[in-house]
Amino acid sequence: MKTRRGNLSGIPIENVYGPEAPGTFPYTRGIHRDMYRGKLWTMRQFSGFGTPEDTNRRYLYLLEQGQTGLSVAFDLPTLMGYDSDHPNSAGEVGKCGVSISSLEDMETLCRGIPLGDVSVSMTINSPAPILFAMYLVVAEKQGVGWDRVSGTLQNDILKEYIAQKEYIYPPRPSMRLVTDVIEFATERTPRFNPISISGYHIREAGSTAVQELAFTLRDGIEYVEWALERGLPVDAFAPRLSFFFNSHNDFFEEIAKFRAARKIWAFTMRDRFAAQDERSLKCRFHTQTAGCSLTWQQPYNNVVRTALQGLAAVLGGTQSLHTNSLDEAYALPSEQAVTIALRTQQILAHESNVTATADPLGGSYFVEKMTLDVEAAANDYIRRIDQMGGMIPAIERGFPQSEIANASYEYQRSIETGEQTIVGVNKFNESADERIELLQIDESAQQRQVDELRDLKKKRDGDRVEAVLDRLREAARGTENTMPHILGAVRAYATVGEICDAFRDIFGTYTETSVL
Amino acid sequence: MENRIRVLVAKPGLDGHDRGAKVIARALRDAGMEVIYTGLRQTPEMIVNAALQEDVQAIGLSILSGAHNAIVPRVMELLREKRMTDVLVIVGGTIPDQDAEKLKALGVAAIYQPGASLEEIIGFIRSSVKQPA
Repeated sequence: MKTRRGNLSGIPIENVYGPEAPGTFPYTRGIHRDMYRGKLWTMRQFSGFGTPEDTNRRYLYLLEQGQTGLSVAFDLPTLMGYDSDHPNSAGEVGKCGVSISSLEDMETLCRGIPLGDVSVSMTINSPAPILFAMYLVVAEKQGVGWDRVSGTLQNDILKEYIAQKEYIYPPRPSMRLVTDVIEFATERTPRFNPISISGYHIREAGSTAVQELAFTLRDGIEYVEWALERGLPVDAFAPRLSFFFNSHNDFFEEIAKFRAARKIWAFTMRDRFAAQDERSLKCRFHTQTAGCSLTWQQPYNNVVRTALQGLAAVLGGTQSLHTNSLDEAYALPSEQAVTIALRTQQILAHESNVTATADPLGGSYFVEKMTLDVEAAANDYIRRIDQMGGMIPAIERGFPQSEIANASYEYQRSIETGEQTIVGVNKFNESADERIELLQIDESAQQRQVDELRDLKKKRDGDRVEAVLDRLREAARGTENTMPHILGAVRAYATVGEICDAFRDIFGTYTETSVL
Repeated sequence: MENRIRVLVAKPGLDGHDRGAKVIARALRDAGMEVIYTGLRQTPEMIVNAALQEDVQAIGLSILSGAHNAIVPRVMELLREKRMTDVLVIVGGTIPDQDAEKLKALGVAAIYQPGASLEEIIGFIRSSVKQPA
């Protein structure tokens, strides 16, 4: 298929316009010279629900529909390190994502998916090393070498304390586990991103665009400092750090945010950390449109919101994109809704011709000024957190949490007063609500998962499980990298809950002081 | 400020999405109510005990994880056991219409889905709580 390199009138379009080329320091205009003219973004829809069988079927469907990468959503018990048979898991199994308790579940999830060819992103944080280990063992069983697996592990614990709140252990031992994964991946999985430093959840929790940018980049600085402390040379690991941003309603502010992110990160890596490798300076990121912007009222309007937010991400130079489904405010997406969301990206990529030239907004008076303003405001926050002694002390004193809570309350107030218009909610809300078909999570998923887990526990070698878990506790007590021991535990079919419990024994658990 | 309405805002289950709970807690406080926020990951037992100890007239449960069908019936059952049926229970979150009907049948006074206005919620609590004699 030939791609058009001009407009519909036949006027040719150049790869790039203007004096400063994308792909050169500080990468404000993009990390590649030709941007989407060279390679489109990866269309990566986040999905997962019910049992591993249910989700495996959805993945095979999405790949068949032209999706180019997978992104695994885990259920809350998995995210919190509980097996499906734990009392705290009651009612939650398979609801917000797929339930994975053991290597056997991961084998089912990946059945029929060639792990050497498809890149897989996994949204998992506290138990990230465990799910990563399971994935690597499944790849190995498929005959795919670890040097060939590609994808991204979220593994960003700091934003859990700040916003999403799916933490298990206290911040410092959690940071050690994150660093263990970064170190292991640097040596063993050169094509896998060991972390996706995420502003998405910070924004969903109610932050402003500037707060999202600042807290995310400051989290990034924290991870770099821990990896350096571990003794890794900056250029060994920095090229594989990746980011994840939100794309919300304010179209140009979002574009300015993406451009400022690249600029601040490039300067930070060069000047603060003396990185030499050009790849260390480039802020590569995934974007998801803003779930929190979508409305329950008049849900078809959400398709339009998502298209605009997706366009902002593309004009901002994202490397991969998830577009939300129109039923986001109700439930996990139905197959029909997720197909429209994917088609939205395909229209942006293949019909709109916005991909024809790199950074088409570069040089716009407004966008360039907004980029500078967002950059300055974010740098101001970064300096304040530096003065607090870094992100962990800032979190301990509740600083990012209270900034977000204030912003979110003010935003809600502005909707109440009508200062901020939300179409179909506080204005133009006369029409009756349309009814949409929702995905129903089979309530029997929990029982099926519990039964399978019981069978697994009967057939595995119980003594071996005890031995690997003891060895893991010993590693956790010391300072060695825990990844080899987690791999050992996973191979013995120790469960997510058992492995997390071993760490809980050594690290303890974390309870936040709520900031209202 | 005699007889201020006392409300417990609670986040049950494993869900960590506390944006809505925090906004509601602040709005109720700004409206002159006394608000006790439980924080995250409360079991139904913890919530009902807190409601008893704090002597609240209303409980607001915020659930966005889809686990409402397991959590809310348990809370209602415990309230009955402890003879606290005069406590007003409202639920906010991603609760589909068909589930909302079922929860109301168990005694939940009101369900607020995404996009509900703060004023409406405040007004409902004011007009519905049983004031102490």
